[in-house]
Amino acid sequence: MLELDSVTAGYERRAPVFHGASLTVAPGESVGLLGPSGCGKSTLARVAALLHRPDAGRLVLDGTEVRAWRHRAPRAQRTAVGVVFQQPRTAADPRLTLTELIAEPLRATGRRAEAADRVAALAPAVGLTPDLLGRRPHEVSDGQLQRACLARALTLRPRWLICDEMTAMLDASTTAALVAAVETYRAETGAGLLAVGHDRVLLNRWCDRTVDWKDCLTAAP
Amino acid sequence: MADPRTHRLRLWSSGLTVGVILLAVLLVPPLVQLDEQAVDLSRKLLPPSWEHPFGTDDLGRDLLLRCVYGLRISLLVGLVAALVATVVGTAVGAAAGALGGWTDRTLMRLVDAFSSVPHLLLGIFVVALFRPGVWPVIASVAVTHWLSTARIVRSEVLSLRTRPFIDAAVSGGAGRWRVAVRHLLPAVLPQAGLAAVLMVPHAMWHESALSFLGLGLPSHQASLGNLVQNARSSLLAGDWWPTLFPGLLLILPTLAIAGLAGVWRDRLNPRRRSELML
Repeated sequence: MLELDSVTAGYERRAPVFHGASLTVAPGESVGLLGPSGCGKSTLARVAALLHRPDAGRLVLDGTEVRAWRHRAPRAQRTAVGVVFQQPRTAADPRLTLTELIAEPLRATGRRAEAADRVAALAPAVGLTPDLLGRRPHEVSDGQLQRACLARALTLRPRWLICDEMTAMLDASTTAALVAAVETYRAETGAGLLAVGHDRVLLNRWCDRTVDWKDCLTAAP
Repeated sequence: MADPRTHRLRLWSSGLTVGVILLAVLLVPPLVQLDEQAVDLSRKLLPPSWEHPFGTDDLGRDLLLRCVYGLRISLLVGLVAALVATVVGTAVGAAAGALGGWTDRTLMRLVDAFSSVPHLLLGIFVVALFRPGVWPVIASVAVTHWLSTARIVRSEVLSLRTRPFIDAAVSGGAGRWRVAVRHLLPAVLPQAGLAAVLMVPHAMWHESALSFLGLGLPSHQASLGNLVQNARSSLLAGDWWPTLFPGLLLILPTLAIAGLAGVWRDRLNPRRRSELML
């Protein structure tokens, strides 16, 4: 289970972006989180990915309560959640080639030896051709870069996947290809999915259930 | 962005000047077997001629030779001091920006403390601790010049730290060290390198200022500052060449290095960079 319980979070302690948001994703389940721009759903996604420490509330991941965020979190806990961000341009280090980008989580966790095989398996799964893999982010399109970012999120085979407006920047066919790649991965591994977005039609089709942001807010400020 | 022709002219003229200076200071001392300290009082204060293109000083020493030796010492001091200051500044700035919290506050207060003392004064204090020589001067310039690099690198790291690609690295299991070395340092190195290049002429001027005040290198050693200092009495007597040539040699490398740094800065310009990258 991925359980967010009465989470209050923001970037200034006295003025949190939201108060008391709760959301649960069961193993293997896909949940869509719908909300207008600026409501705090991305911040909630960052909390769920252990990237942002909430001011209050709990995150329970597979039965273990998360007590530390970012670098302080145990590596196994951090890498259990894969994240895809909205803007591939800012989510990719401009100095790395797509191969290095996809292999980076393996290299960062000391499993360099597996990198070549993993990249070779992931690239076709997300629809990247071999000639693109040697290029750097500025030499590929947004869609191609987002495919690489999805591959990077899958590199360590996370049990949970968080897609924060993953397809907001992309055209319909790339969107369909990326959603298909996510679903193939989930079918193989049984990973749970939290898809954050504002496109109700897409999330209704993609996910087992969709939740409106206002229904997440259980506690009054 | 400057007009491309001005740009190319600046690149070539600065590059040529720096090249000639480097060749002169590297090749002349080993190839020309003359003693720059040799005193010949029968030839004192001769104006520029074919035999002595820069003239001679009040002890009859050839000024061209002394200028080349002086430039060599000044460039050495400038380069080493700039390198040390940049390494220290980058390390402090990167640590402050990447680690944040108490580390950041402590390091930046240290930077403030150093900045609050006029840096020539602090430099004089450092050289006064040691016997006159090259290394105290280098230490004095380095100790007073890592501050701006530390500030530049810290602010660059702070803005990078919040980018999603750092989040992605954290999520991918990268530790602090990995994030710093793999993602943050490569991004700040061009800025730090530019700061280092701009610091070389500045450090040369500091060496000259300290030597001119009689606090830098031993006065018999030819450095640009010492040459100008020694020439003061002759200037009052109307002999202009012992002041002019060392002075020009102080200004020329400064302009040339600043020109090269300007070309480099244009390449780093965000607009230009976004044209290249997006």
